[in-house]
Amino acid sequence: MKSFLKYREIWLLAGIVVLIGLISTRFPGFAVPANLRQVFNDTSILMILALGQMVVILTRSIDLSMASNLCFTGMVVAMLNAAHPAIPIPVLIVIALAIGLALGAINGFLVWRLNIPSIVVTLGTLTIYRGATFVVSGGAWVNADQMSSDFINFQRAAFLGLPVLSWIAIIVIALFFLVMTRTQIGRSIHAIGVNPTASVYAGIDVGRTKFIVFCISGMIGGLAGYLWISRYVIASVEVANGYELNIIAACVIGGISIAGGIGSVGGAVLGALFLGIISNALPVINISPFWQMAISGSAIILAVVLNARGERRQGRIILRKAEAA
Amino acid sequence: MDTTAHDGTVKERLPASAPRLTLSGISKSFPGVRALHNVSLSLYPGQVTALIGENGAGKSTLVKIMTGIYQPDSGEIGIDGLTTTLPSAHAAFGHGITAIHQETVLFDDLSVAENIFLGHAPRTRFGTIDWRTMRKNAREVLETMRAGHIDADARLKDLGIANKHLVAVARAMSIDARIVIMDEPTAALSMKEIEELFLLIEFLKSEGKAVLFISHKFDEIYRIADRYTVFRDGEMVGEGLLKDTGQNEIVRMMVGRNVDHIFPQREPKIGAPVLSVSGLSHPTEFDDIGFELRKGEILGFYGLVGAGRSEVMQAIAGITRTSRGAISLDGKTIAPKSAADSIEAGIVYVPEERGKQGVVIGLPIFQNVSLPSLARTSKSGVLRLAEEFSLARSYTERLDLRASSLSQDVGTLSGGNQQKVVIAKWLATAPKVIILDEPTKGIDIGSKAAVHGFMAELVAQGLSVIMVSSELPEILGMSDRVVVMREGRIAATYDNKGLDAETLVRTAAGIAA
Repeated sequence: MKSFLKYREIWLLAGIVVLIGLISTRFPGFAVPANLRQVFNDTSILMILALGQMVVILTRSIDLSMASNLCFTGMVVAMLNAAHPAIPIPVLIVIALAIGLALGAINGFLVWRLNIPSIVVTLGTLTIYRGATFVVSGGAWVNADQMSSDFINFQRAAFLGLPVLSWIAIIVIALFFLVMTRTQIGRSIHAIGVNPTASVYAGIDVGRTKFIVFCISGMIGGLAGYLWISRYVIASVEVANGYELNIIAACVIGGISIAGGIGSVGGAVLGALFLGIISNALPVINISPFWQMAISGSAIILAVVLNARGERRQGRIILRKAEAA
Repeated sequence: MDTTAHDGTVKERLPASAPRLTLSGISKSFPGVRALHNVSLSLYPGQVTALIGENGAGKSTLVKIMTGIYQPDSGEIGIDGLTTTLPSAHAAFGHGITAIHQETVLFDDLSVAENIFLGHAPRTRFGTIDWRTMRKNAREVLETMRAGHIDADARLKDLGIANKHLVAVARAMSIDARIVIMDEPTAALSMKEIEELFLLIEFLKSEGKAVLFISHKFDEIYRIADRYTVFRDGEMVGEGLLKDTGQNEIVRMMVGRNVDHIFPQREPKIGAPVLSVSGLSHPTEFDDIGFELRKGEILGFYGLVGAGRSEVMQAIAGITRTSRGAISLDGKTIAPKSAADSIEAGIVYVPEERGKQGVVIGLPIFQNVSLPSLARTSKSGVLRLAEEFSLARSYTERLDLRASSLSQDVGTLSGGNQQKVVIAKWLATAPKVIILDEPTKGIDIGSKAAVHGFMAELVAQGLSVIMVSSELPEILGMSDRVVVMREGRIAATYDNKGLDAETLVRTAAGIAA
C-alpha cells in the first residue's frame, strides 16, 4: 500500500510538472524559480488548511467549518490588532491558534460525546462560526489602515530567501509529516480510518482520536485565519466564504480518500499546489475563470477515478469472507 | 442414513409426488477451503425439509447456490425433473426460489405493499405504478396468509421482526414462489412470534410450497419439518424422514468422526487460577456467568451461534460493559472500562471476524503487530520504529509468518497468514490471558495446525488461553476443560477426559440425554 501511495504521489507530481510545462509554452516566464517561489507562497495557506482537513478526512470524518473558523478567528485577531496594536504578532498567533483550537474542540466534542456525524456537526458550525463573526464585528470590516504594519508585514518579511509565510507552511508540513509517521496519535488516526472496529479491539479510543483531529483542524483554521487576513489585509464576514470546498478539493486531488484511511501529507501538499498553480497561471495566460473551475473540477473527478481504481486492488477481503460462509 | 430418498421403501410412505427441487453431486470450493463436496438435497412440494449441520458444515454456501449467488463447481440442479442452471439471483427468482434470511432483506423505508411488489408492481397503462391495484393486491396476499392485521401502507421499519418475516413471505407468495428457503428464521423471534411463524409455514405447506428450513434448534425442527438432511464438513451424511429418526441419531450424524486433523499432543501443567469470573451479567446478552481459568490451561467455550460466548468474552476484554459481576486477574479485581484497560491488565481478545475486527488492511504488517502495543513502543507519544520492527519481527518469526517483508500490506497476505499477524499482534502485548474467538474459522488445514501448535506452545510457557470455538474437533482436541453455554447462560462445565462430542451437542442444544 505504501509503495502504491508513493506511486500515486509521483503521478500527481508528474501531472504538476506537465501542467507547468504546458503553461510555460504560453507564458515562458512561469517556470522560473522566482515565480515558482511566488506560487508556493501564494498556495501556502491552502496547503496548511489541506493538511488540517487531511487528518480529519483520514478518520472518516469531515470538517466543513474550517473556512468559517478561519473567518471568525481572522476577524477577532484583526479587531484585537486594531484595538491594541501593541500586542506582539507571536502573541496574536498564539491567540489565533487558541481560538481555532476552541472552535475545533466544539466540533470534536459534538462528534465524540454526542455521536453526531461530523458532516452534520460541521455544517451547523459552518453557519454558526460565520454568524459569530457577524456578531463580534457587528458586520463591520477591519481595513488595512486599521491594522498595524507589523500585523501586515510579519508574513512578508524575507528569511533565507523566502517569505515568512512560506516558512510557516514548510514548518507545518514538516510537523504534520512527523506527527503522521512518528507519533502514536498519527498512527491511531491512520488506523481508525482504515478499520475502526479493529482499532477499538486494539485499545485505541476512536472517539477521543476524532476529538483530537478536530482540535488539530481547528488550530489550523485559526492559524490560517491570521495568515489570510494579514495577507489580503481585509477582515470581513465574507472572508473565505465557500473556501471549505477548495480545501476538500485539494485533499481529494491529493489522493486522500473521502472514505478515510488513505492519504498522506505529501498528497495533501501536492493537491493544494496543483490548485494553486491553476489559479495562479490560468489568468496570466488569458484563460477565463470558467475554464479554471472546469479544470479544477475535472482534476477532482480524475483523482477520484484514479484513487478508486487503486483502492479496488484490495478486493480480496470479500473473497475471504465468502470462504467462511 | 437408513432411509434415503432414493430408497423404494421411503417413497411408499411419502405423498405421491416427485421432488420439486433436486440438487445432486454439488461441489463448491473457495481458495484453500472446500465448502461443499458432492452433496445432494431434495425438496418436495408441500413438505418442510430441515437442513441440519454445525457451523461451517456448508449450509449457507448451499443456500447461496440455490439462490443463484454462487455457482457450483460441479453437480446438477433439477427443478420439476428438468436439469437447469441458476446463473444469477434473477434466474433463481424466475424459477420461484426465494430465501428468507435471519436479517430479512427488505427495505425499511418502503411501505409493506411496495416491499411485496418491488420489481413486479402492477402498472397503469401509462407505465407508472398502479398504486391502487398494488395496495389491493397486497391486502389480498396478506389476507390469504391470515396476516390481514398488517397494514399494507405501513412503513416496514415500524413492523416487528415477525411481521417482517410475514411480509417477506407475502412477497414470495406474490411472485408465486414455489421453493421457500428459511435460513434460521427464528433466531431473533420471541416464543409467540415463533408460533406465528410456524402457522405460516403450515400455510406454505398447505399451498404446496417446498420449504427448506435451516435451524440449530431441535425442538423447532421436530415441530415443523417432515424431512431432514444432515451436513457435516461440507458433505451430506444423512437424510430421511424425521418421524423415523431420533434426536440422538441426528446428533451422531452431525458430529461424526473427523480424521483429517491431528491435534498437538500436550502434557498440560495446570497451575493456580489466573482469571476468575463470577456472576457476570449483561442486561440482554448473558446472565450469571462464572468460571475460572487456570495457569497453563486451555479452556474451551462451546455453544451454538448466539449462545452469548463472544459477548461474554468482549465484556471481559473491556469492549462491552456489564451490569453485574466481578472479574479478577491474579487475585486482583479488575473493572476494565475499555479495551486499553484490559490489554494493560494482561487480557487480550482476538476477535472472530478477522477482516473487520482483526487486521487493519492497508497498514503494513509491522504496524499491525504493534498497534495494541503502541503505548510500549513509543515514548511520550513518539514512536520508536526500530523497537516496533524488532517486536514485529520476533513475534512473526515465532509464528512462521510467510511474507516478503514486514512493510508489506497485510491485505496482500493469505487468510492463514493474516490470522498469524492478528495472533502476533496480541502476543506482542505480553498478555497473561489470551482469548481466541473462533481462531481457525475459515482458514486452511495447514494454517489451522500452525495455530493449534502455537496455542499448545503458549500454554506450555505458562499463558492461559480461552478458546471460543464452534468446531467440535477443535474443542475436543485442544481444551483441558470445556464450558458449554446455552442462551446466555453456562449450561455445564466438563473436564475433557473421555468427553464426547454428543454430550457437548446435546448440552448446547438443551436435549436431555
